[in-house]
Parts: sequence; C-alpha cells; structure tokens
Amino acid sequence: MNSSVDDMMIETRELTKLFKDVRAVDGINLTVARGELVALLGPNGAGKSTTLRMLTTLIPPTSGSAQVAGFDVVRRQREVRLRIGYIGQGNGAGHSQRGRDELISQGRAYGMTVKAARSRAGELIDSLGLGEVADRTVSTLSGGQRRRLDIAMGLIHAPELLFLDEPSTGLDPQNRANLQEHIVRLRAEHDTTIVLTTHYLDEADSMAERVIVVDHGRIIADDTPRHLKTKHVGDRVILGFATEAEAVDAARTTGGARSGTEVVVTTEDGPHLAPRLLTELGTVARLEVRRPTLDDVFLTLTGRSLREDSSTPAELVEA
Amino acid sequence: MTSFATDTRVVFSRELRPVVRDPFSVIFSMIQPLFFLALFAPLLPGEESLQWFVPGIIVMSCLFGSSMTGSNLLYEMQTGSHERMLVTPLRRPALLIGRALKEIVPMIAQAALIVAVCIPFGFDLHLPGALLGLLILSGFCIGLGALSYTLALAAKNKEWLFWTVQQTLLFPLLLLAGVLLPIDDGPGWLRALSRANPMTYVVDAERALFAGDVWARTTVEGVIAAVVVATLGLVVGVRAMQRSD
Repeated sequence: MNSSVDDMMIETRELTKLFKDVRAVDGINLTVARGELVALLGPNGAGKSTTLRMLTTLIPPTSGSAQVAGFDVVRRQREVRLRIGYIGQGNGAGHSQRGRDELISQGRAYGMTVKAARSRAGELIDSLGLGEVADRTVSTLSGGQRRRLDIAMGLIHAPELLFLDEPSTGLDPQNRANLQEHIVRLRAEHDTTIVLTTHYLDEADSMAERVIVVDHGRIIADDTPRHLKTKHVGDRVILGFATEAEAVDAARTTGGARSGTEVVVTTEDGPHLAPRLLTELGTVARLEVRRPTLDDVFLTLTGRSLREDSSTPAELVEA
Repeated sequence: MTSFATDTRVVFSRELRPVVRDPFSVIFSMIQPLFFLALFAPLLPGEESLQWFVPGIIVMSCLFGSSMTGSNLLYEMQTGSHERMLVTPLRRPALLIGRALKEIVPMIAQAALIVAVCIPFGFDLHLPGALLGLLILSGFCIGLGALSYTLALAAKNKEWLFWTVQQTLLFPLLLLAGVLLPIDDGPGWLRALSRANPMTYVVDAERALFAGDVWARTTVEGVIAAVVVATLGLVVGVRAMQRSD
C-alpha cells in the first residue's frame, strides 16, 4: 500500500471533543488510506459517532485537528463537504418528500445539473432496487427501503470517502445482510474509501479489513479482525479427560490451564494444534476448538463485554 | 461549484415540493382563520365590516401558517434529514433563506382563496392595492417563517418547547394587532402595546391597500414593519442555522 500524503483520506492529530466536562473523544490519532474499509467498533457512548461528526464537519473539535480528503475540517469545511458522503443514524430523506425528488435535490446540492442529478438518481434507484418505491412518499416506505434510500442519497455525487454511522441499527437480519452486501459491492466497484461505526460485532468482523476498537473516547486497538483475535485472545483448544490424573498430565505436557477434568490450551492456530494434541496425548475424551470473536477481544482489552452492552440501554450502563 | 442563488433555489424548491404535491396542507393552516371569517365576521356591526375584517384575516392566515412552519424543520431535525443537509456543501444561510422564501407561496394561495370566498358576499377588491399589500405581506411572512425556524433550531429535540412558545405568542400578537376588534377605543396601555406590535402596522396597511388607498401613511408604515420583521428574522435565523449541528 502506498502511504504517501496524497493517499491519506483521513489524518487526525489528538482529535478531542469535550461536552461540558465529559471527554467524549479523547485525543484520537487516526489515519485512513485511500481505498480502505474501516470499522469503528465500540459500545454506545464510546465516542464513535462524535468522532464521525467531527470528521464530517457537523461539530468542531474542542482541540486537535483533522484533515479529511486533504482539507482541514474546521477551516475548509466546504471542500471537505464536497468530497465526502455521509449516511447518518437517522433517515436522510424528508418524510413528506418522494425518494426520487430527494435524490435529485441532493445531487443539486452538490452542484450537479438537474439532468445529471436525474440520471444519476435513476441509476442508484435501479442498483439499490428502489424502482417500485422511489416515487412514493418516503413516510410510506419500510425501514429497509428507507435505509437503502439513505445509501443512495449518500452516493449521489459519487464521493471518494463515505461515512456511515451505525448503518444497520434497527434493521432485521436480512436487511442488514443486504446492506452489507451493497457496501462491500460499492467498495469493489468504485474503490470508495469507507468508514463506518458499528456496535454489531459480526458486521465489523465480516466487512472491515481494519477494525478500530474505541472505548471511552480512545482508540484501544487497531488491526485486521484476524490479527486482533490472534494477538489479544488466540484460539482455545479445550480438552476433556476421563480422570483428573489424566488432565493433570495433559496440563503438564501442553502447558495448558486445568480446571477439574478439563484443560484449556491457548494458541494462535487451534485447528492445526487440535489433531496433534489428540495423537500426542492419546487419552483425550472430548475436544473442542473455540475461535475468538471480536467480543472476546473487547472483553480482553476492557474487561467488559460488548454484547451485554449493546443489548442494554446506554443509560443503564452508565448509571 | 454552486452559487448562493443556486443553493437557495435548491432549498426553496425542495421545501415547496410537498406543498405543491399536497395542496391540502395549505388549507390545513387556514382552518382557524376560515372559522373566524365564517363565525366571527357576521357578528361585526356595520355595512363595511367585511371590508374591514378580510384583510386582517389574510394577515392572520399568514401568521398561523408561517409561525408553525418551523415544525417541519423540527421534524426533519428528529428524523435526520436536517443533519443530512448540513453535511452537503449547501451554504448554511441558504438553508434558512430558501425555507423562509417558500412561505410566500402558501401565503399568496391562502390570500387568493380568502378573497375568492368573500367576493360573493360583497367584498370589494382593489387589485393594484391588494398586490402591493401582498408584497408587504411577503416580507412579513418571510420574517415570521425565519423566526419560526429559529425557534425550531433553538428548541432542538424539545418539540413541546416549540409549540408552547408558538402558541403563547400567537394570540397576543393577533389580538394586539386589532385583527378581530379595533384597538382604537381600548384603554391606553392596550393601545401602547398594540403600537409596539409590528403586525399592527401590517394589518393597518393591508386594510388601506385592499380598500384601494395606496398613497397613505399606513402603506409606508406597513413596508417598514415588514422590512423590520424580515430583517430581524433572517439575521437571527441565519445565525441560528450557522450554529446548527
């Protein structure tokens, strides 16, 4: 990967946002190269959305700086806005408007001619499967249809950098999979740089090549999902034995941790280690290989589980 | 690169589109003024009462429509479309001015409807005066609309705050402008309050203009009042929009 200055889509230095006394974002240094697909992963209130809102010029940083698509987010807002697309948590299309009209207005907002905006709107309506609903009032569309319309609005001007804030929140699993497919395809077809926030582990895991784990306004890990898992958690091979004596023996040979008749061996490569242990030890009665999830990574890094957090209202967690 | 005028036009036509697609929304904000016209005007004494009452009702209809228009923005702030527009390169002042300018269209449609309803009952229309009256009213409703949007931006996600302030101000403005009953015979303090209400001058100007009295002091005062309200509204509105996130 060429990492010359021109190829940096995002570069922040000690980016910080204070809301009264709360450090929502606490000195984030982040670089994203052209063409990357990056997920910001963290619990509610971690500072993901606030970071995104600063990068998209919606709110000014309290301190620190950010260059987005080559321009400063405070001093050159207009240049930044011209080059980015933003799909927020809410619905971008006005509820009393029609989808196609909103797409055309959106194109006009970026300086496209009516003709160009109309033809681009038509393309996006087709490629996102909105043909049947594009000329209906937005308030009559389903959640999934509205979300696809949001994506179309964010893409109308073919931005080089696209931000998505919790794109799949509130969608059912099928629509979520659908949306992820669109994002991945977009990336493959247009080489768009994509930055998204999510608290869905599977989403970050399956889509992003790079996951940035954010907690309490700070970046606590930044790597590929695979590396994060091997580096911070590793695979676990769980061996079950008939007697404790056999387990003690096995724990000594493998260096694993024993509890009762069970021994847990931590490794970088469980699937290859497991059959070897099976033949070497000979006495194994039960075997299980557990591969880590990003939640395990989060748990190791913070002592808390993301999964619990995402199913609990933010107020309760913070109280 | 777009110009400021293009930005404003994009916002203006976007705002106008639902109104054109669903003209019933224009009538919706007129329901109360129409009730006053039907159920209150007949109580007024004198032959000329309709001539006196109708211009005031046109201003009332403009007040009702323009003052509640901020609720559209309030709703868009809740759903996310306002945020989406803030991230586009549209200039912030255009986001407010385009919206405020749109208020003129329903206002003119409402005025035309009210006049059309009243002509069969003996309302006498002096067209040149009436057109000048609508010009003054345009300035007034741009200002009111801008103030309503400012209120929406200030209320943010507190919808109740928007409606409380709007409803609290609506009737004092209306009554003190002498729309329903003349203020002239009221006590001194009431007349003083009325003179401090810019809408009073707009209503007086409309009455004179709709009666064909163009070259009058009231016209000048009406123009001044409308310009003051428009300027005030746009200045505070643009400032609020600049700060919006």
